[in-house]
Formats: sequence, structure tokens, C-alpha cells
Amino acid sequence: MLTFTCPYCGVAAEESELTGGGEAHLKRFGPGSSDAEFEAYLFTRKNPKGVHFERWRHAYGCGKWFLAARDTNTLEVFGSYPAQTTEPPADLIAAIKNKRPGWEGWK
Amino acid sequence: MRRYSMFAVAREALRYHAGWERAWRSPEPKKRYDVVVVGAGGHGLATAYYLGKVHGITNVAVIEKGWLGGGNTGRNTTIIRSNYLQDASAAIFEKALQLYEGLSQDLNYNVMFSPRGLLMLAQSEHEMRGYKRTVYANALQGVQTEWISRERVKELVPIINLDGPRYPVLGALYQERGGTARHDAVAWGYARGCSAMGMDIIQQCEVTGIRTVNGKVQGIDTTKGAIDCGKLAMVVAGHSGVLAEMAGFRLPLESVALQAWVSEPIKPVIDVVVMANLVHCYISQSDKGELVLGGGIDHCNNYTQRGSWYTLEETTRALVETYPVVSRLKMLRQWGGIVDITGDHSPIISKTPVEGIFVDCGWGTGGFKAIPGSGWAMAELVAKGHSPLAEGFGLNRFREGRFIDESVAAGVAH
Repeated sequence: MLTFTCPYCGVAAEESELTGGGEAHLKRFGPGSSDAEFEAYLFTRKNPKGVHFERWRHAYGCGKWFLAARDTNTLEVFGSYPAQTTEPPADLIAAIKNKRPGWEGWK
Repeated sequence: MRRYSMFAVAREALRYHAGWERAWRSPEPKKRYDVVVVGAGGHGLATAYYLGKVHGITNVAVIEKGWLGGGNTGRNTTIIRSNYLQDASAAIFEKALQLYEGLSQDLNYNVMFSPRGLLMLAQSEHEMRGYKRTVYANALQGVQTEWISRERVKELVPIINLDGPRYPVLGALYQERGGTARHDAVAWGYARGCSAMGMDIIQQCEVTGIRTVNGKVQGIDTTKGAIDCGKLAMVVAGHSGVLAEMAGFRLPLESVALQAWVSEPIKPVIDVVVMANLVHCYISQSDKGELVLGGGIDHCNNYTQRGSWYTLEETTRALVETYPVVSRLKMLRQWGGIVDITGDHSPIISKTPVEGIFVDCGWGTGGFKAIPGSGWAMAELVAKGHSPLAEGFGLNRFREGRFIDESVAAGVAH
């Protein structure tokens, strides 16, 4: 069972308390964007085999959305952080690089 | 290839079964093939088979990183049906069902196709209306299916608890021609057919790179060396995104674990397949007597072929509610497959941004039932550059907003 620490209420929450929300840090495209940009925003995902940044909601807890880094190939959770940001915190990236030396970065 | 028949069995019985030959060859890869198919699961092997049988292209290799049929082909609950709502899906799944009906004869290999009948339970007003709509749509599409009452459901499935603590059974969508087949036999039968046409099936051979020149495919690099190809068909389900990345494009897919499990073998208790999409559990009984059980997908990306305990628990809860006898059973095995989910829960059978590369993926939770139809359409697309069956399933539908929305039609998984 996956366990994430909710960055708002500090609870170590099990998967059954949470709802997955897919890839994090998507750039929104709306009116005025090209078809390709809008398509990519809606449907095209990184879907990596390895380090992945995701949105999760503490649905049966505080109810808030947060972001987390997880390895989709080993199910290791690297850490979680509040959703009010456009990129992962530097210390989390450093921690992941430390564990996954070959990792190409979050972008 | 020596044909299997009653006479062959009799002949071998008289000489200690020493004359059976291997069902397919395992050669070393050649330097070049006209078509390389990546992925020796059902869909990949069916693609190769129909390339040879229908289109006469036999200089073909099927590359597999693990063993033949070891991915989702060997990990599903073997459900076969064709009563889909949308025209494009009904057409390709009906083609698949028709091919399944004659597959054992066509392949000279017993795939144990068992048209035992398939029910999809309606457990809410919404589902009931949805399924009745499917009945009318299917009537127009020429696909046999019917709406049956809850009393008829009880007749067909004596072990069911119609009143359910959460959701009573209101009726069901019933396809009499639906059923199951032996999943390994489907892969093995196609592999034997491919090998007999002179195609090379190369197992334990992982693709490590895809070579392109000026936007056109040249070949692939593998753990068994470089292989040149005229055309490349990527048929790798959950790992489609990884291969696409090697070729330099992205696919609108998310890879998620879907799990299944089987109980200890018991005497026959259920002789149809039943899907309950609201509480989300599937059940059928194998020839060995095991109950074959399945549920929904996990809610996060996953490449581990395991699946989460959370989903296992939810599905088991649904099973025990719907079929109380299940609560007394021990479970024998559990496993997961990596399914590739698209935005509209319909597959992708398409050309790609790289000339000469074709993809057949995105079958998500419903791939096994489609194997012959998918292979048929993909082979036609690779051979001719166009296939009527694959027409609606192009990659461009996401940009153009022409979805084939089966996620709405099928409830959740299908």
C-alpha cells in the first residue's frame, strides 16, 4: 500500500485515504493556443517508467490537493509538497538525484 | 508445420508421442525484415499472422523482450464480448468475435473458445438506461445482444445475490455469443501459425533503441543486435510510451496496473461470465474449476505488474456482496498487468509522426477480446496504409476532438 505524508495536515495517509489525480505541473493552454498545445495539455502525458510527479488528493482527510514524487517502477515514494507551486522543491529534486543518479531531471 | 488432428493423436499414441514437433521455431534474428513487430503478445502475433495470411507479407519478425504471451495476454480474465456502444468499437470488437468463433479451425490450434454467454449487470437506473441504449445501438450495428430481467439473471447465475447490500441487480445486458477463450492458447496458436509461414519469433530480445533517418524508420537496436526494417509495428500495450519515447514522440497514454486473481478450484457454480461495472468485479469459472476474478484499475501510474492492495480489497468486497459464496473461498494466485489507458478509453491503431512506424495500443482494460480484430486491422494498416476498421482509432482524433468515448458507454473498465 502506498503511503504519502499530506503536507497540509502532516498525516501519513494510506492509498485508501487518497485519490490519484495524474501528472503534476501541467502547463495550461486555453483560448488562443494552437491545436497541438491544447491536445498536449489535455491528453499527452509523460507516463514515465521511473520518477514521476503527481497530483494526489487527501480525499478522506483534509480534502486538499497536494503533489508528490514517486517511482512508477518500484513504487517508492520520494516525498510530497504543497500544490501551490509550479515546480518541485529543490531539496526533493536533490534527494531524488541522490537516489537515482541516472535520472534526467523533472522537466 | 505438422497439422494437429485426431489421426495425429492416434499416430503419436502408437509411438510413445515421440513425433510431436515444437510449435514454433526460435531462430536468431536476421539482418533485415520487411516488417518488424515489437511485442509477441496476442495483438502483436495476430498482426504478424494476418500480415502473412491476408496480405502475403511473410518476411516478418516478432520481437519480444520477455516470453511469448507473458504480458497482458497471459494476465487478463479472458472475457470476450462485442456489445460496445460506439459504431467504430462495435465494428472492430464484432470482427474480433467473429474471428474468435472460427479461430481454432483457422489456426489448427484449440484456443478453447467458449461462447458461454456474458452478462453485464445493471445496478443503478443510470446503468439500466445506458445498457438499453446499447441494445438499440447494437441492433442498428447488427451486433447480437439483449436486455434481460433480474429474474432471468437469477436463472442464469444462481449464486448471485440480487438484492445486494448496496446496489440491487435491476437486470443485465446479455450477449449469448460472448464468453471466454484460453489466453495462452491464443498466443501460442498465432505464434505457431506465424512460424509456419516462415516468420521469426524472437524472444528474450529487448528493444534498446529505434533508428530513424529524416523522419523515416530504418531499424531497431536490440539486446540481440541491430535489425533493419522497412516498417515497424509497435504493439506493446503498457510499454508503448517507453518505445514511443525512443522513436521521439509521445502518446496520449497512461500506464496503470490492472489485476486479476483466481480461487482454489471448486465444483461448477457459474457457467456464464458476469461483469458488474458499478461495484466493479468480474467473475467466471475456468475449466479447472477456479473462479477467475477481476476488478478495476489502480488510480495511479504503475509499471510493476502487481497492482495495489487497495483495489484488491475493494474488488473482493464487491465480489462477496454480489456472490456470497466467494467469502468461503481461498485465493490461489494474484497478478497484475500494465494496461495503457487513453483519454477516451478506446484503442489507438494508427500511423505515427515517424514514417513507417505504426502503433496498436491503448486497449486498456479490454484488449484480450479484441486480439483477432486488432491484428486484422493493424495488419491491413501496415500493409496498405489504410484500414476501414482502424479508421476511427487514429492518433489525430485527440487533436480533432473525434473521441470514441467508451468510458461513458462501458461505465468504467471494459
